[in-house]
Amino acid sequence: MAGNIDKFKKRHFGKAIVLGIVSLVLYTILFTEQHVLNEVFAKGGYYALLPIATAFLFSFVHGNFTGNFWDIIGISAKKEKR
Amino acid sequence: MHDIAAQASNFIDLTTTTAVYLFIVGFVGGLVSGFIGSGGAFVLTPAMMSLGVPGLVAVASNMCHKFPKALIGAIKRYRYGQVDIKLGIVMGISGEAGVLYGASIQEKIKQAFGDAGSNLYVSVAFVVVLGVVGSIILKDVLNSRKNHTTNDEEKVTALARWVQSIHIPGTMVYFKSLNARISVLFTIPLGFATGILAATIAVGGFVGVPSMMYVLGAPGLMASATELVIAFVMGVGGSLKYALHGLVDIRLAMLILGGSLFGIQLGAIGTTYVKPYMIKVVMATIMMIVLFSRALMVPVYLSQLGLISKLGDGLINALKSTSFAIMILALLIGAFIILKAIFKGLIAERRLTIQLAVKQQQTVTGGQ
Repeated sequence: MAGNIDKFKKRHFGKAIVLGIVSLVLYTILFTEQHVLNEVFAKGGYYALLPIATAFLFSFVHGNFTGNFWDIIGISAKKEKR
Repeated sequence: MHDIAAQASNFIDLTTTTAVYLFIVGFVGGLVSGFIGSGGAFVLTPAMMSLGVPGLVAVASNMCHKFPKALIGAIKRYRYGQVDIKLGIVMGISGEAGVLYGASIQEKIKQAFGDAGSNLYVSVAFVVVLGVVGSIILKDVLNSRKNHTTNDEEKVTALARWVQSIHIPGTMVYFKSLNARISVLFTIPLGFATGILAATIAVGGFVGVPSMMYVLGAPGLMASATELVIAFVMGVGGSLKYALHGLVDIRLAMLILGGSLFGIQLGAIGTTYVKPYMIKVVMATIMMIVLFSRALMVPVYLSQLGLISKLGDGLINALKSTSFAIMILALLIGAFIILKAIFKGLIAERRLTIQLAVKQQQTVTGGQ
């Protein structure tokens, strides 16, 4: 039982670290390159796909990171209702 | 959208304080949305505008953070078995039409009556919708408390039973959240109204969730989770519409998203620890406080339109600040109720786990 919990936590911890680093890199790029991104994203037309794609990318990476984050600090859904 | 070019080129400079502020507001908004399906976004547009972000850019950036947030929330709650994807998509598509129609009404009002007219329309919509729908939910909550039925299973309303009893050939669809076949001729207007409200006050869920509960007969937990699918479907289309005009400030959208994804996960987890009754408590509380906040602004816009005597600048500023502060308070009170429920639920679950472990240990020891 304790072994299973350890495995569960280790798996989530590993995932959270990797996704956290990728998320941090994405946010760093967003702010260091903000002037370029603002200029390109504000062009409209076909460029409209860029903010939508960016939102999907951030939600996938950062969303998975936050999910694992709450799991590793011990805040997870009630077991019976899963 | 005549001043689009001017607004798009007017993206604000970001400071660390601004970034932290948006991240925190995003977190609280996400927490509330994860729990009741929506309701966190109404404060974000004014919050961004208070930093000097032009109105249309604030609306566009808010919309662009909403759909990815709703997607993550919907996936999380789907894992808990709370989402009715079919109902979400059906209502989301009609909601998209409602968003477009709602936005065109907004533009016409703005052209005819200017900013003050548009703001008055939004505030009156807030007051009327939240007054009517909020009262219905509040009455339901108070009745549950009075009759000591807060822990009971939710009852399907007489209206929902009637809706489920109507058979219109060629339009009947089975929805798992209702465990019944209903005509899409009922879901389409509800989705459409949700979209109009989303385009008007940024929170379609204030109509979407109650209509799924009281008109269609969905349980509170499933209605609030399904609203996230509706918000996603409506949000993608709405964001694309604004992005086509280059109005999305991706930095603002992603900063708010950064905080709100922490919040939405936590809010979704919270739903597994509470009875459906709590969804209604949080929703009614937020709606009634926000109603008060927006009602304070009505005299300001009436005065700007010359419909009542002119108010002094000092009074206008005081009403604006008070209204914004009450709006933030509404969100914080909602967040507090949710966090308290999660905390209590986690403690109760840990106690139960310890008790079970002790019992298991005793059984093993007794058997030897």
